[in-house]
Amino acid sequence: MAEQVVQQEEQMTYIDFKKVRVNPNITLSIVESGKTVESIKRREKMVRIITTVLTYLFIVALALTVMFPFYWMIITSLKQNDEIMATQQTFFPNIVMWSNYSYVFETFNFTGYMFNTIIVAIFSTAGTLVTTIFAAFAFARLEFKGREPLFMIFLMTMMIPGEMMVISNYLTVNAFGWIKDQTRMDAYLAMIVPFVVSVFHIYLLRQNFKQIPKELYLAAKVDGKSDWDFLWKVMVPLAAPTLISITILKFMGTWNSYVWPNLVTKNEEFRLISNGLRGSAFQDIDTGMVEYGYQMAASFCVTVPLFLLFVFFRKYIMKGVGRAGIKG
Amino acid sequence: MGIEFLNFLSKKKRTHNTEGLPTAEPEKVPEYEEGLQENENKVIRLVSNKRVSKPYKVTGIEDVASKNNWKAWLYLGPVVVLISIFLLYPLINTIFISFAKDYQYATGRFSGFTLENFGVIFGWVKTGQGGLETYFTTYAIPNTLIITFVTVPVSILLALIISVALNSIKWLQKFLQTVFFLPYVTNAVAIGLVFSVIFDKSDIINFIFHSNTVWVYGADRWVAMIPLCIYIVWNSIPFKILILLSGLQGIDKQYYQAAQIDSCPKAKTLWKITVPLLSPQILYLMITSFIGSFKEYTSVVAIFNGPGTMGKNSNIPDMETIVYYVYDNVEKGNTSRAAAAGVFLFIVILIFTFVQFGVSKKRVHY
Repeated sequence: MAEQVVQQEEQMTYIDFKKVRVNPNITLSIVESGKTVESIKRREKMVRIITTVLTYLFIVALALTVMFPFYWMIITSLKQNDEIMATQQTFFPNIVMWSNYSYVFETFNFTGYMFNTIIVAIFSTAGTLVTTIFAAFAFARLEFKGREPLFMIFLMTMMIPGEMMVISNYLTVNAFGWIKDQTRMDAYLAMIVPFVVSVFHIYLLRQNFKQIPKELYLAAKVDGKSDWDFLWKVMVPLAAPTLISITILKFMGTWNSYVWPNLVTKNEEFRLISNGLRGSAFQDIDTGMVEYGYQMAASFCVTVPLFLLFVFFRKYIMKGVGRAGIKG
Repeated sequence: MGIEFLNFLSKKKRTHNTEGLPTAEPEKVPEYEEGLQENENKVIRLVSNKRVSKPYKVTGIEDVASKNNWKAWLYLGPVVVLISIFLLYPLINTIFISFAKDYQYATGRFSGFTLENFGVIFGWVKTGQGGLETYFTTYAIPNTLIITFVTVPVSILLALIISVALNSIKWLQKFLQTVFFLPYVTNAVAIGLVFSVIFDKSDIINFIFHSNTVWVYGADRWVAMIPLCIYIVWNSIPFKILILLSGLQGIDKQYYQAAQIDSCPKAKTLWKITVPLLSPQILYLMITSFIGSFKEYTSVVAIFNGPGTMGKNSNIPDMETIVYYVYDNVEKGNTSRAAAAGVFLFIVILIFTFVQFGVSKKRVHY
């Protein structure tokens, strides 16, 4: 009896299964409030395309806005003064005035300022590199009493605003006799010496030095190399990218420095490029109006070297800025 | 200061997967035979730890030279001397000058200590020439506060939007990133001049908006704030984009995939995932840009060529900032006033830094 029932059941399920079998010609479609899978997919694709297009529009518009001052600088530097002052502004000069540039080079002591800036930049960068390498090496490799407390003091000084130091440093530099009866040498010293040490760069380089495996140091020791040789033959080459970043940032910092040179130099001839640019008076002798064409041409000349630097060292600058976050 | 510095200070490594992942196994201290110690090795010497329970370990390289402290101090010498002269001494000296009475910078003479200098800059005490000086309270502080509370939020928000947008695109991403970085590699004075041209009475801004507003030269103080703030934002955005974009690229894609599976709307994804995960970067930017805008100076000089909207001939320094006030008084020889204002700035910046570090401990979580 029991066996028969089971057999029957098996047969039943078999039959049921056959009944339910789906016809292969019918396509399944999920319907949810009138939307099929295809329509949802299509919609999503549309939304994605639209958001991408909108994102591009938005970002390109913003990029153009950001670039606008550069564009306007170049355009204005090539315009005649009448055109700049006209009520109807033009987006391209009617007459391209290359002569603005030759005028600027004749009247604005571009080469003089440039020379000062480069001298100050080279020496303060070189000084910074030397002091930074020594200090970073001592903090990263050598062991001496009071290393950690000293390093903490160094880090704390980064919290002090540089503006506070300016007051006393001015007095110090004055006491060194670099301000009164200033010679060219005095002016350079006053602009270089206070800036040949940078705590942040020491910190940065120390971190970099610490990553260099200790085994290399041991190997050098086994080979009988001194610390000095190890520093210059192994550590400095290995930390080259950081050193390049420091160099470029320091150079940019000097190019942009305004306050300190303005304060400590007493002669227009000794000043740096930013001071020269701000102090230059491109004024019409008759009306006293500022000749914007000349001013913009001078600005362009000051901006271009930095741009070239950026073009060639983009990677180092962006990496260095990302880690340092400070100009100079 | 970099992000790493921030981490260094808080002594806590911030990674995105702090939870749910097994922590790395602690490094095993290699055990050495005690006998090695007797084997006097000139290069490596094994030093026993003071606590007996711990195994012996290599504590460092015992080099005859590095054992001598003088060698390390020789390397540190130039830095220590320079830092003492140009960083530590000025700090103490400035604080001292700010409290000194009748300080004369030429001779260094002074007669006792007083709070008078602070009274003078806040306009409570009469100056040496008689009369109250209120430039600091009416112009320098309010201007600095306006600049700070307008430019910092605006620039961070703009930078956030731009970097999120930049992160979501593939084509031209590198190029646009470079374009947005360009304002950083410019000479502040040169571009300041460009902005003063753009906002000139007869130039492009007034032409586009058909207005006749005086923005820069001889402008109303509040109107002149607009080009100044726009310039500062323009100038400060590149750095923020750089930091935020690198932060965004470090976020694990899994979070976004999870959000997508839950069909989380884009805005909510931004607000609930991106912003919290970026909070260390945003905090870092907030601290640095707060401090930076408290020290705003070059932008004012670059656009206005003087402390006021009338340029060098300004009778009233209505565009002055705190730092401008300091420099102006250094130049004029009012060292005590400059020092007092400098100390004030120092204290404000310290307070801001500590408050934000305090906030960071509560808020920077995800």
